Amino acid sequence: MSVEFDRKIHDTLGDANLQLAIYTSTARLKQGRIALVGDEALPDYQELRTQANAIKKHTIENLDHYLEEFERNVVARGGKVVYCKDGTEVSDFILGLAKERGARLIVKSKSMTTEEVDLNERLEHHGLESVETDLGEYIMQLAHEKPYHIVAPALHKTRYDVAELFTRNLHVPNETVIEKQTMLARRVLREKFLAADIGISGANFLVADSGAIVLVENEGNARLTTSAPKIHIAVAGIEKVIPRAQDLAVFLKLLARSATGQLLSVYTSFLAGARRPGEIDGPDEFYVILLDNGRTRLLPDREKRQTLYCIRCGACLNTCPVYRKIGGHSFPWVYSGPIGAILTPQFMGVSHEPGLPFASSLCGACGEVCPVKIDIPKILLDLRSDVKKAEARDGQNRLEKLAFRVFAWLMTHPRLYEMAGRIAASLAPGGDGKWISSVPAPLNLPPVRAWLSQRDLPPPPAQSFREQWRRRQ
Amino acid sequence: MVDQLFPKVGMAMASVLEQLGYQVDFPENQTCCGQPAFNSGYRDEARTVARHFLKTFENYPRIVVPSGSCTSMIVHHFAELFRKEPQTLDRVHDLEKRVFEFSTFLTEIARVEDVGARLDEVVTFHDGCHSLRELGIRNAPRRLLAHVRGLELREMQPSEECCGFGGTFAVKFAELSGAMARTKLDAILETGASTVVSLDPSCLMQIQGALSRAGKPVRTLHLAEVLASR
Amino acid sequence: MIRDHILHRIRTALGRSAGQAVADPPPVRLVLPDVDPEARVRSFTLRLETLAGKVHRVATKEEARALVAAAIEGKTAVASNAPYLAECGIASLPGVESGITGRDRMQERCSAVDVGIGSADYMLADTGTLVMLSSAQEARLVSLLPPAHIAVVPLERMLTGLEELFTLLPRPAELTSSMVLITGPSRTADIEQILVRGVHGPGQITVILVG
Repeated sequence: MSVEFDRKIHDTLGDANLQLAIYTSTARLKQGRIALVGDEALPDYQELRTQANAIKKHTIENLDHYLEEFERNVVARGGKVVYCKDGTEVSDFILGLAKERGARLIVKSKSMTTEEVDLNERLEHHGLESVETDLGEYIMQLAHEKPYHIVAPALHKTRYDVAELFTRNLHVPNETVIEKQTMLARRVLREKFLAADIGISGANFLVADSGAIVLVENEGNARLTTSAPKIHIAVAGIEKVIPRAQDLAVFLKLLARSATGQLLSVYTSFLAGARRPGEIDGPDEFYVILLDNGRTRLLPDREKRQTLYCIRCGACLNTCPVYRKIGGHSFPWVYSGPIGAILTPQFMGVSHEPGLPFASSLCGACGEVCPVKIDIPKILLDLRSDVKKAEARDGQNRLEKLAFRVFAWLMTHPRLYEMAGRIAASLAPGGDGKWISSVPAPLNLPPVRAWLSQRDLPPPPAQSFREQWRRRQ
Repeated sequence: MVDQLFPKVGMAMASVLEQLGYQVDFPENQTCCGQPAFNSGYRDEARTVARHFLKTFENYPRIVVPSGSCTSMIVHHFAELFRKEPQTLDRVHDLEKRVFEFSTFLTEIARVEDVGARLDEVVTFHDGCHSLRELGIRNAPRRLLAHVRGLELREMQPSEECCGFGGTFAVKFAELSGAMARTKLDAILETGASTVVSLDPSCLMQIQGALSRAGKPVRTLHLAEVLASR
Repeated sequence: MIRDHILHRIRTALGRSAGQAVADPPPVRLVLPDVDPEARVRSFTLRLETLAGKVHRVATKEEARALVAAAIEGKTAVASNAPYLAECGIASLPGVESGITGRDRMQERCSAVDVGIGSADYMLADTGTLVMLSSAQEARLVSLLPPAHIAVVPLERMLTGLEELFTLLPRPAELTSSMVLITGPSRTADIEQILVRGVHGPGQITVILVG
């Protein structure tokens, strides 16, 4: 792994306050989910998962068809669909439109896809004001940080952090009462909503048979973003499409329960274009940007393409014992947790952070809680193999490769394996049966040192099993 | 691992099986299932070791394994390794039917829950991830423990969180693995149990290693050792 | 053209050709539970009250009107143009502004008043949800901008849940540009996981069930 990755993990593990914040926040979300998907609360939970997986599988396997259907239906109602291959094309389009319309102020609701392409930075660089309106995202924007968690972006910030951010950026007196901080943000953002020229949202789902997007939220900022400004632009990854409005009956039953332990989020918006004749409010113009940004690279591999089923619920983060220790900012890219661990190498290449697929004990909890049944552990294993193949090609990590070659050779030569075992046992300390906290130099190889840095080693037994067994016969 | 580090586990398992009337054999050529290489991304090396395993155990109708993770490697991942070799794949599928994790063997093949064991201890059970999630084992060990005379089982809250071993993860991400172990320790100590029982020597090594480093008197036992106690 | 390029990449990756037919998507089994109307009301009430919403049940439109009058006493309100509100005589209550059809005025008034009053197209019993379709009768902002939201809805619009909704309305896009499912007051727990209500949408929601 890179030094950077190692350092970030180390720093996070050493920050006691952060450890507590991560652990308790995720515990709450994890418990919430468990309560609502249990046998009593949702007896057909497993069946719903299977259905959701089947719908996603079918859709991804026929992605071109459904994107075209989606596009047709958006256009039929006067909307526009723009395909973008990367972040530059996304910002180029938005900047172009903003210029044409004389737009200066943009309000944004939460979208991990826009985080992927650093949209705010790009827009601001060109003189537009783009304001995040989800409270957590707003805080993170003021802090110039990426979201810490898919669903709880400011999970690691305390009320004192927030007070400091607000005082510095909004020039208000220091306020540490959370409710008051929230109301302050509400006031500030309300002004932005009502003055904004463009509202940019993400999309939880793109509904092919309706030419509609679906937005799931609790605050109301997505509703405001898409209802007050005259122009609405939705930015979504191409994988977000589902075939029919009816499919929402499956996905909506799973999403909020898996994400936050709610039956439904407070607001679920089904938006099918600009306002219709007769409707009093709503945007005049409706655009959907369909972003590739590397998603098409995941399609060829039948197993790995499951990564695209993700509905961004965050359940895998909340249940992952690794995420719950290292938090969101240890990850090298915007997506963290188990989904981030499989997504990032596939978008950025395995050499971007070769340690990432290995930063897992393969406990399998993620795969168990994924509402669309992505086999995350399997993909992690596949990516590990990809990393080693890349390293072999580039001549890296030769020593490790050699070690495993030796391992394979020993394990196929039982007498030699046994001899090696005896040698190691004779060198190791202990004879009093106590566990070992240090070993003499010849044995103190990096893996042994690493183990001993955290826990003791078992003392070698007087006789190995096979020796005892032989004696018995 | 059992062979070199925890022979007591192997002896205990053999003893329990013999008590039940089985003839127990230990093919000397066996070494490893190849999991460390597989999990580290070295598929060719894993395949080499797996091939050796296949050959070693070719003719045994029933193979009992005192480890959930090894069992899982064999029954879930060998097929992946030999995907491109149809003939070997057939042998793998045959092997899959003959391999059993120890507690599963007792409850489902031998069909026993009471092996006549006795252990006067307060015990807590750690559900290893491979056993739990890849093999679906939860009840079998608990039913077996329920029949051990003098044993009181107290469940950890939660019992299902990873101990942090994860194979080479334990040394590649040592500090993180250690942190996960310490969280596990908190749950264990909370129960007041004097002994932690599990199906996996690797989990036991991680947990006992952490307990020992923390200076805690709690000890670990493999299920086989508990069931062999009289 | 980027569009064609991306679609081409997708097809190549999937081994599909342009215009190639697609098998039907997996069928979605919309099972409609058998729940009698009274049980639906109980469920709806329980769910919404758990979320700190308020639910009142009245037998007549007159009672509904009286309840709303009491709730908005001393406050300013905007009422949507829902025919049901007019039937209940709510649109003409003192302090209530109704009949707004222009967007700018709607936005201006909704940002200024204390209460937004509307009806709803449907309700979902198993989650305590209001289903609101945007139309000439119901503007989006009435249930969004004011800090309090009151919905007056006849009982017969109570459905069992999402399955029934999507069975009745398999194609919402044909009817409206915006169908919103509202389940309780606006909320966030973004700071230290402490729950705060009314962060952008209304912090108070009251549903008056009539029938």
